[in-house]
Amino acid sequence: MQEYFIIVISAILINNIVLSQFLGICPFLGVSKKLSASLGMGGAVSFVLVVAGALTWAVQTYLLNPYHIGYLQTIAFILIIASLVQFVEMVLKKYSPPLYKALGIYLPLITTNCAVLGVAIINIQKEYTLGKVLVHSLSHAAGFTLALLLMSGIRERLEDADIPESMQGTPIALVTAALMSMAFLGFSGLI
Amino acid sequence: MLVAVLSLAGLGAIFGIILGVASKKFAVEVDPRVEELLKVMPGANCGSCGMPGCAAFAEALVEETVKPNACAPGGASLYEKIAAILGTEQSAYQERQVAQLLCQGGVGHAKMIYRYQGIKDCHAALANFKGEKSCNFGCVMQGSCSRVCPFGAIQMGADGLPVVDYYLCTGCNRCVAECPQQILQLVGVSHLAHVRCVNTEKGKDAKARCATACIKCKICEKNCPSDAVHVVPAGTGSVAVIDYEKCTNCGICAAKCPTGAIDMTAPLSEEVVLEMAEQPASGCPQCGACNTA
Repeated sequence: MQEYFIIVISAILINNIVLSQFLGICPFLGVSKKLSASLGMGGAVSFVLVVAGALTWAVQTYLLNPYHIGYLQTIAFILIIASLVQFVEMVLKKYSPPLYKALGIYLPLITTNCAVLGVAIINIQKEYTLGKVLVHSLSHAAGFTLALLLMSGIRERLEDADIPESMQGTPIALVTAALMSMAFLGFSGLI
Repeated sequence: MLVAVLSLAGLGAIFGIILGVASKKFAVEVDPRVEELLKVMPGANCGSCGMPGCAAFAEALVEETVKPNACAPGGASLYEKIAAILGTEQSAYQERQVAQLLCQGGVGHAKMIYRYQGIKDCHAALANFKGEKSCNFGCVMQGSCSRVCPFGAIQMGADGLPVVDYYLCTGCNRCVAECPQQILQLVGVSHLAHVRCVNTEKGKDAKARCATACIKCKICEKNCPSDAVHVVPAGTGSVAVIDYEKCTNCGICAAKCPTGAIDMTAPLSEEVVLEMAEQPASGCPQCGACNTA
C-alpha cells in the first residue's frame, strides 16, 4: 500500500510531468487561458494517459517482450496513442461539441503530446505491474491536470493585471511557468 | 523480422477496425448547408466577419449568430448566394466599403525632419521621433498596410504613400487595424470627396509641416450646399470632416479647398459603381444601360 502512496505523491508533486519533467509543455501553455478549457484538456489527456498506459503495458508484456522486438517500442506506442486520440476525438465531437470546440487544435495534438508517450515509457522502464501502471498513469494525469489548472487560474488573473506592454501574452506566461516550476522544486525533498 | 512486421501490421489492423466501427457509431450529422456555404466563400480566411475563418463563418451562418452581409470580400454576390442557400429573406445589401487614406503628405508635400532607413515597418519608424515627417499625424510611408493586405490591393506609390486599388479592395479592415496612425478608413465606395488630412494643429502650424494640410479655414464649410462638411474639434485642435451621409459628391469643397486637403476621387469605373449601385436579387440584369443613360 505504501508503495502505491509513494507512486502517487511522487508522480503528482515531486516528478510533476509538466513542471519537473518538462513534458507536455504545448497544451500547458496553449490551453491554459481559461479554467474550463484547461479542465477539459486535463480530462481528455487523463483518459488517453490511463488507457494508453494500460494498452502499452499489455503490448509490451504480451507482444514485444516475448518476441524480443523491444526496438519497436516507440512506433508501437505511437500507433496506440494516435488511435486512442482519434477515438477520444470522435467521442467528444459526438457527446460534447462545446468542449470539442474549446480544445480545438490541441485535441489532435495529444497524439504528439510527449507526456503521454513519456509516461508510457516510464511505466515500462520502472517495470511496474498492471496495477502500478494504472496508478502511476492516473497520478501523472492528475499532476498534468493540476499544473494546467494552477496555470489557468493564474493566467485568468493576469488578464486583469497591469503588465508592461512588451511582457503581455506569451512572455508573462513563460515567466509564470518558470516560477511555478521553481516552486515545485520545493517538493523534491518530500520523500 | 517477420514477427516484427506481422505484429505491427496486426496492431494497425486491430486499431483500424476499432476506429472504423467507432466512426460509424459516433458519426455526427453535419448540416449539409455548411458544406454548401463553404464552397461559395471567398476562402481568403481574412477574418473581416469577426470569425476565425471562412469555415467558422459558414457554421455561424447556419446557427444564425452572424449577419449574412458580414463578409466584406464576398460582397453583394456572396450575400445573394448565402441567402439562396439559407433560404432566408433578402434585405437591402449594405454598400461595399473600400479603404481610404486620410493623408496626402507624400514626398514633396510634407516637410521631412530626417531620413528614416530602419526596418520597413510603420510601427518601427514611428518609434524614432514619430516618423521622418515633421507632421506627427500623417502616413509614416513604410508600407505596413500594403504588406498586411491579403488581396494585394494596396501598393506604395512614387510619392511614398500607399495607393488603394478600389477594384481589389474588399473592405476587410486588415489595413485599417494595422495602420498605427489610424489614417486608413473604410468608406462606402460611392463616396468620392474625402478630407485627406487629420492634422488637428492650428492652420499655420499644419501648413508649415505639409503643403496639403487642412488649415481649418472653413471655406469648405461655408461653400457646402448640403451642410455635409464641418471643421470639428478633434484631439487638441480641430480638423475638417465630411459627413458621408449628407455628401452628394458635388465636389465644390474639393475645388474651393486652398491647400487641396479635400480630394475628389476620379469617378469610379462602371464596374465598381455597378456593384455598389445594385441591390441583390432585384431582378436587374446589370446591363449598365441605366447608368450610362
